[in-house]
Amino acid sequence: MRHLLAIGNLERADIERIMERAEGFAEVGRRDIKKVPTLRGRTIVNLFYESSTRTSSSFELAAKRLSADVVSVKSAGSAVDKGESLKDTIATLGAYGPEAIVIRSPHAGAADLVARWSDAAVVNAGDGKHEHPSQALLDVYTLRRRLGALEGRRIWIVGDVLHSRVARSNILAFRMMGAEVTVCGPPTLIPRGIERALGCAVSYELDDLEQADVVYALRMQRERMGESFVPSIREYATKYQIDSRRLSPRQLVMHPGPVNRGIELSGEVIDGPNSLVAEQVESGLVVRMAILYELLTGGRPRPGDRSGDADGVTDPTPIKEPA
Amino acid sequence: MSRRASSLDWRGRGSGGDLVVRGAFVLDPRAAIAGAHDVVIAGGEIVEIAPPGTADGPGEVIEAEGKQVFPAFFDPHVHLRVPGNEDEEDIETGTRAAAAGGYCGVLAMANTTPPVDSAADVLALRERAGDEASVPAGFLATVSRGLEGQELTEMAELREAGAVGFSDDGLPIANARLMRRALQYQHLVGANIALHEEDHDLSRPAGAHAPHLGGVMHEGVVSAALGLAGVPSVAESTMIARDAALAAYEDARIHVQHLSARESVEVVRAAKDAGVRITCEVTPHHLVLTDEEVRTLDSRFKMNPPLRAEDDRQALIEALRSGLIDCVATDHAPHAAEEKEVPFEAAAMGVTGLETAFAVLHSKLVLPGVLDLAVLVDRMSAGAAAFDIEPSSLTPGAEASLVLFDPEAEWEPGADGWESRSDNSCFSGSRLHGRVLATVVAGQVVYRQRSFAMGVA
Repeated sequence: MRHLLAIGNLERADIERIMERAEGFAEVGRRDIKKVPTLRGRTIVNLFYESSTRTSSSFELAAKRLSADVVSVKSAGSAVDKGESLKDTIATLGAYGPEAIVIRSPHAGAADLVARWSDAAVVNAGDGKHEHPSQALLDVYTLRRRLGALEGRRIWIVGDVLHSRVARSNILAFRMMGAEVTVCGPPTLIPRGIERALGCAVSYELDDLEQADVVYALRMQRERMGESFVPSIREYATKYQIDSRRLSPRQLVMHPGPVNRGIELSGEVIDGPNSLVAEQVESGLVVRMAILYELLTGGRPRPGDRSGDADGVTDPTPIKEPA
Repeated sequence: MSRRASSLDWRGRGSGGDLVVRGAFVLDPRAAIAGAHDVVIAGGEIVEIAPPGTADGPGEVIEAEGKQVFPAFFDPHVHLRVPGNEDEEDIETGTRAAAAGGYCGVLAMANTTPPVDSAADVLALRERAGDEASVPAGFLATVSRGLEGQELTEMAELREAGAVGFSDDGLPIANARLMRRALQYQHLVGANIALHEEDHDLSRPAGAHAPHLGGVMHEGVVSAALGLAGVPSVAESTMIARDAALAAYEDARIHVQHLSARESVEVVRAAKDAGVRITCEVTPHHLVLTDEEVRTLDSRFKMNPPLRAEDDRQALIEALRSGLIDCVATDHAPHAAEEKEVPFEAAAMGVTGLETAFAVLHSKLVLPGVLDLAVLVDRMSAGAAAFDIEPSSLTPGAEASLVLFDPEAEWEPGADGWESRSDNSCFSGSRLHGRVLATVVAGQVVYRQRSFAMGVA
């Protein structure tokens, strides 16, 4: 794998490989010194054109745990904010010779363009409403740890599917792993033609939610009211909020964060036993380490780098000095 | 009522030439000419369609056996970007591109910076065209002052200054009252009104307060997969229905620009059946490409209206064949590289088209047997009539404007550069079959393809 641009470009074997690698890194996370020298001397640029807390911090920490040098560029206050084009920014950052660029952009296809304009490996950390592949991979990882295989599992994705890159990546990834996906939300927020486009079922009501093994709630943005997608947040919550009355004990609940408590999820569900929300964040770190490892070592160790070989990952030599 | 294309403004105005084109297959479907002939031109007019190999003349003789001759094309919809965006195109480069595509006339839209909304603007453009234009160029003026959609321009004065028609192209006339007033005023002014039909309430899904969140591609399966905001087909067809109803009520005429959707074809059919005076056009890209191209997120495939689904494309082809759609127009829309070298959603809308239009349609529709050559040749020049200009003809006595076409030539658009100042073509890098070798306007050779020109010399 040269880049991680979209789930749509992956094969199931790619996902399996990243999952195995992430499990190896999970072990590292349980040590006292949670750092391995695998990417020492490599430079990774995080380029975030949209505000992000968990994705940017998760990628940054993942890179640091692999001992890479990280530069994080946020659009506010940067040259980007002063009207510099993406192409020029990439050329400028290219002077640092980064081995990888992690990019979040409000525009679909931005990561593909960066891959074209740069020699670096590119990770799409969210491009417009198109895809958010690392989120989908960490969600698959989280679910597999809890459920084992996803074959035949029924997953409902509930909420604003129209504006959700998470929905698009997750539908593709869950289906690739053998799950059946239903999207559910108000008709105004379900894109026309999504059944044929992505191979999922569509429901406008939660009545059949009991059939779901996993309920994946999406973030509902308040702006959608002003844009007349929904008449009111109150009505939305009445019709689509996942609360404890709608759930049975065997059903798992997920959310990409940040959660609007009391809108798409009730508070007791977020904090309750069905919730995988905290595990998702934990998984994010190890899965992003696995992604960076995969792209920067081609899934194989660098010649002469013992710490990066397959054994080294499952049992890497910790760095002796404090990180 | 109608006038000759060469009476528009261009460098060659008023000077007719002498020329003989020998032995080509001459095709003029409106004049029922289809066979090998010599075309004899004197004083800028066709004087004779003679048996092949018999004619000679005082002027240049072009040997054209194995080649084809058609009436020159006319494009009622181009953007020459003057004034304001001369870095993208100007009158000289835009009309050179037209000449290279086989056109003997183009009509330039008025959505420039600033827009063409005063008589002085029109006169200035006409003067520049008289100095710079390789082929006759006509200029439309805006319907609304400043392109703001609120008040009418001084349409009568603009018409007297030489505006060939009126259009707010680039934007719809959202206000139905203004649209109605323009149609009423047409009874005084005469000239046709060309309409960009798009209901922004439907094409900008986040609402008017967020135009930057507007639809960027056809709403359908591909937009659902890519997460791009869609422009539904009904954003176009419902506006056409409104304006057809207003035109019928006011007994006025309208020209609908760049039809893109099956629903629009159906609305135009109903209007024509009801006797409404409505003409319409379709672009080469809507005839040969679909929204599947957008899966690459290549900004060259971003234009307004957007590329639609295969079913829409089939409806457009059928409507062009039947004559329901009157003509082909390119909507030639040059853009600077930096406006296109950005993510799809941020990219400017529009594609160039003048240099590739006929070769594209010949390659993708005529050669595969989808559309008759004669039908295409007719539709390539028929757009002139909507603006009271005589479509070119090869009948003796007509103005001698013709295209010499090599149906065997294979070429890659853009491989040798472009006449246009911009290169945002959907078709650069593709293989096309058939190429314009020379373009003649009123007996003057305004373009020769380089290899062909060398062959002659």
